[in-house]
Amino acid sequence: MDYATLLQILDSTIRLGTPLLLACLAGLYSERSGIFDIGLEGKMLAAAMASGAVAALTGNVWLGLLAGIAASMIFALIHGLASITFRGNQLISGVALNFVASGITVLIAQSLFGQGGRTPPLEGAARFNPITLPFAEQVQGVPVIGPLYYEVISGHPILAYIAFLAVPVTWWLLYRTRFGLRLRAVGENPAAVDTAGISVTGLRYAAVAITGLLCGIAGAYMATALQAGFGREMTAGRGYIALAALIFAKWRPWQALMATMLFGLFQALALRPDVIEGIAGIKIPSAALDALPYVLTVLALAGFVGKATPPRAGGEPYVKER
Amino acid sequence: MAKLPRWADLALVPLISLVLAALVSAIVLVLIGQSPMQALSVMVDGALGSASGWGYTLYYATSFIFTGLGVTIAFHAGLFNIGGEGQAQLGGLGVALACLFLPWPHWTVALVGASLAAALFGAAWAAIPAWLQAKRGSHIVITTIMFNYIAAALLIYILGEILRPVGSMDPASARFPAELGLPHFHEMPILRDFFLKYGPDGAVKLSAQGLPVYSRVPANITFFLSLIAAFGVWVLLWHTRLGYEMRAFGKQEKAARYAGISAFKIIMVAMLLSGALSGLMAINNVMGQAERLLQNSAEGAGFIGIAVALMGRNHPLGVVLAAVLFGFLYQGGAALGLNTSIPIELRTVVQGLVILFTGALDYMVRIMLTWVFSLRQTERAA
Repeated sequence: MDYATLLQILDSTIRLGTPLLLACLAGLYSERSGIFDIGLEGKMLAAAMASGAVAALTGNVWLGLLAGIAASMIFALIHGLASITFRGNQLISGVALNFVASGITVLIAQSLFGQGGRTPPLEGAARFNPITLPFAEQVQGVPVIGPLYYEVISGHPILAYIAFLAVPVTWWLLYRTRFGLRLRAVGENPAAVDTAGISVTGLRYAAVAITGLLCGIAGAYMATALQAGFGREMTAGRGYIALAALIFAKWRPWQALMATMLFGLFQALALRPDVIEGIAGIKIPSAALDALPYVLTVLALAGFVGKATPPRAGGEPYVKER
Repeated sequence: MAKLPRWADLALVPLISLVLAALVSAIVLVLIGQSPMQALSVMVDGALGSASGWGYTLYYATSFIFTGLGVTIAFHAGLFNIGGEGQAQLGGLGVALACLFLPWPHWTVALVGASLAAALFGAAWAAIPAWLQAKRGSHIVITTIMFNYIAAALLIYILGEILRPVGSMDPASARFPAELGLPHFHEMPILRDFFLKYGPDGAVKLSAQGLPVYSRVPANITFFLSLIAAFGVWVLLWHTRLGYEMRAFGKQEKAARYAGISAFKIIMVAMLLSGALSGLMAINNVMGQAERLLQNSAEGAGFIGIAVALMGRNHPLGVVLAAVLFGFLYQGGAALGLNTSIPIELRTVVQGLVILFTGALDYMVRIMLTWVFSLRQTERAA
């Protein structure tokens, strides 16, 4: 494999890893606050449809992004209502909302555009286009580092940079602010947080809302940046891969970055069977690469790759003592 | 919170949840400019309006009974098995291998052999998540989700590279020998009379050979097997020591452990049975209908099992009723896709809403009901 191919693969790793990273960080907030969320997939899908549709109707991708975030937030709030206010089963609520999203996106897209549940192809200002970072063209000639900067680091849509920026921001928020301390505490021991006079309900709703926000950006990235428009089931299990990455990262932000990029690399390699054959010397079926994130996650859960322990109060509705 | 009467808890809660789900679906339909009443009548007509409609409804219901029972049995042991989809796909692989590579003298023998293979493969696929839960404490929900995706990837590989006949482009196995076909409703004595085709003059349609013509339906003998399975699950859960242990463990894990019930045994047995039941649905769709193994053979029935179990309140009788309801939803949804401009995906929305209301918002429904009942009691007292 030559250097140019390596750069290409790294470039697609970032392209494909970005929605995973956003969704993974989204799940991190919710789960750290003690609300399991297997509905990342549904929220992304709803956001992808809403952003694709609004961008197609208005021609403005920023309005599309807002619509995507709004759609994802609605799903997040329903999940919050079911799991925080009505103390329902969080896993069942997540599964249910994934189904609702899967169906309702096609219903709405079909009734708006009549194109078999797709939105019309987006172009120009209705899409997030790649941006060239400063000096990318000037340093392109510098050996090794120049092409790396030009091909891999530069040339992604703005949402990708937001995703990467969200990692240190999440770390800072979680470990260096009062809100973060409380958020982590409410996921481990809500009774203690309650005793300190802080609202468990309020904290958990805040966390679920942040999850909605980030899933909204992830979905908008899918429909308006990675691809030019919404298509049925376009998230194709990415929400579950993000969930896998979250467990693999043991619910920590920097590790989430690495896990999602690793899983993004698998997706990028699955698109280039020729490259794998060149490296490994044998033909590896792309199905094996597709399954790899899930297999690794099972191994992580089983404690064979370091024990993954979820937040202690995860999945348990909090009932205030009277 | 005051306690609801038993009948209200058993019948009214799921019924109101269903009404709420239907109401929300109707609102969605109105919002996208469709008529809910027309949709309902097309669905009823397509799924229940004719014998052949019933033939499809019961065919879907058969699969859902198996997967619903699978979810139910795990639920009673306090385990949420989302892996029914993967287990059903692996069950399909078991059926395909049994039908393709073993010589069977007759379809009845093949049915027994293929059922064993389906149950074995489904159970095997549930065994790893079960073992990981029992021994290493890995959350069963997450591992079974992961195993669904691993199963999908595995079947893509097996169908594309190994079972695909030489020269075929389809990622599917070869056809099973024709003599292994299971009898369908329109081929069974007595039952087939329901599926007679009538001419415009009201007389029975006859073929060129002078034999009556029947509408072909996919519902097959597996339907009766699924009813037997439902009865078996009922006996197991409420009339055996093992079933008692499973339910005790599901209700209060610590107390059950203290009473000497082995957690490892219960988790393994419950998940193996759950996987076996999900795997058994492959008899219906793979051996009974497709007669070869296709990609994504379970077509989401594994997930519908969750809705069916919740709607049926985790009781085998409830599961059978809920499965028929979902069979109606599936066949009716297909009729919608054919005859109206409403996309077939409406059924996914309804399915999601039913799961949401029965599984996650049931507390809300209970609060509403308790309020109504307490109102009635105060009226009486006054």
